[in-house]
Amino acid sequence: MTAAHTHRAIEAVWRIESAKLIAGLTRIVRDIGRAEDLAQEALVAALEQWPASGIPDNPGAWLMATAKHRALDHLRRGQLLRRKHEELRHELETRQELAVADLDAAIDDDVGDDLLRLMFTACHPVLPSESRVALTLRLLGGLTTGEIARAFLVPEPTVAQRIVRAKRTLADERVPFEVPRGAELAARLSSVLEVLYLVFNEGYAATAGDDWMRPALCDEALRLGRILAELAPREPEVHGLVALMEIQASRSGARVGPSGEPVLLLDQERSRWDQLLIRRGLAALARAEALGGAGRPYTLQAAIAACHARARTPANTDWARIVALYEALARVSPSPVVELNRAVAVAMASGPAAGLALVAALTSEPSLQSYHLLPSVRGDFLAKLGRFDEARSEFERAASLTRNARERALLLERAAACS
Amino acid sequence: MRFMMPMIPKGYEKAAPGTLPDAKAIAAMTKYNESLQQAGVLLALDGLHPPSMGARVSFPEGKPKVTDGPFPEAKEAVGGYWMIQVKSKEEAIEWARRCPGSANEVIEIRQVQEMSDFPDLAPTE
Repeated sequence: MTAAHTHRAIEAVWRIESAKLIAGLTRIVRDIGRAEDLAQEALVAALEQWPASGIPDNPGAWLMATAKHRALDHLRRGQLLRRKHEELRHELETRQELAVADLDAAIDDDVGDDLLRLMFTACHPVLPSESRVALTLRLLGGLTTGEIARAFLVPEPTVAQRIVRAKRTLADERVPFEVPRGAELAARLSSVLEVLYLVFNEGYAATAGDDWMRPALCDEALRLGRILAELAPREPEVHGLVALMEIQASRSGARVGPSGEPVLLLDQERSRWDQLLIRRGLAALARAEALGGAGRPYTLQAAIAACHARARTPANTDWARIVALYEALARVSPSPVVELNRAVAVAMASGPAAGLALVAALTSEPSLQSYHLLPSVRGDFLAKLGRFDEARSEFERAASLTRNARERALLLERAAACS
Repeated sequence: MRFMMPMIPKGYEKAAPGTLPDAKAIAAMTKYNESLQQAGVLLALDGLHPPSMGARVSFPEGKPKVTDGPFPEAKEAVGGYWMIQVKSKEEAIEWARRCPGSANEVIEIRQVQEMSDFPDLAPTE
């Protein structure tokens, strides 16, 4: 093995082990920032030693043992300093005993629980949304600050800053490293799911630019979702979200044309849909529904996606069922975007005039004023009704609102076709 | 990146119909499979019956010709596979390294071809 080979192999080990390592260390030192530093020190030690010694048989255990040694070193060094202050002696001894007890307990405890604690902590509501995303990708995804910055098209120092601040907030607010129980669990879990879906959508929707990092975000969100489904197998919405992401990801090979232009769902070559992901998605959906999730937001969205996945051709789509699912979704999770989607489904089931009547109510909706899909959908209905002049101006307006260059080109094309 | 990891157990090419791995090997492999699942990388896996229960379709002169198993000329046979989603070939290798394989077993790491490998393939209308 060359040095470059070993280096890439260590990267692979890091990707597999880092989240478990940081999670286990956080429980011992009770501070995410310190835990990450210790994990990084263990990684540095691996980079120094493994090229000569080879990768150990159990690299995860090696990294954990190394990091724990460092933790103890830090503790002892801290003790020596403090011993100079006689008044602190007693407190110190107590702390030392506590730390050793923690270390012992840590060895036998379940790694899975730590990972789950880490997910809940990284997605804690005390943090702003973009910090939850950055921290989750960094601590659980093992992504570098540079990779996160590239994926979200923000400068690297901004991401670094977000992560530093987030760790400090978690420490200042004394956020406990635990899986919430009882009534708190539902709200906290939805925060975790929201972060994962946000990451997925950032990769899937590509609101701006077209960096290669974006598909990696979808993969990462899916991977974390699958891990979460193993850690919290009784939570229907976890499986609902996984189902939704699996089915949406199944279309990724079909939703972009040969020159990078977006291809709309009904125009996609369905033979390019990934049947393996569809099967996984349908299985996850069945699990969510069996656990009583049928009426919950992610499971409902997955059920809608499943209607498309099951239809061999666009003409076979069960639009009546999709309309019913959107109605249920509008009840549990009302939003203008859901209404817009419901209008699209109604138009497919009952004709463009019915859809147009529904979107009419949305044109005054403040949150949709700069949402390109509203005029895009209106344009589509109007074009189908033969009202081409109105359709053209809607498509042009939609083109002026989207931040995605490929999408803009597609909308301008549709506008031109209305002449 | 998606990888298929076929498992090739030496001798399986000559295994009698209905040959199954022993319970101890299955238990160890189940634990390994669970670790792939818990890590969120496992997409699919299957174990395959031996070639003696299968058949081969070849195309001498472009015409299909069916031969029932076993196949005396075969030097190895796939016994099963994992399909995993990872970030690099090295990560796939690292997962394969962790498999509780026996002395007669080999795991191959094969990347799955994706749409992006065929940039000239325009979607057919």
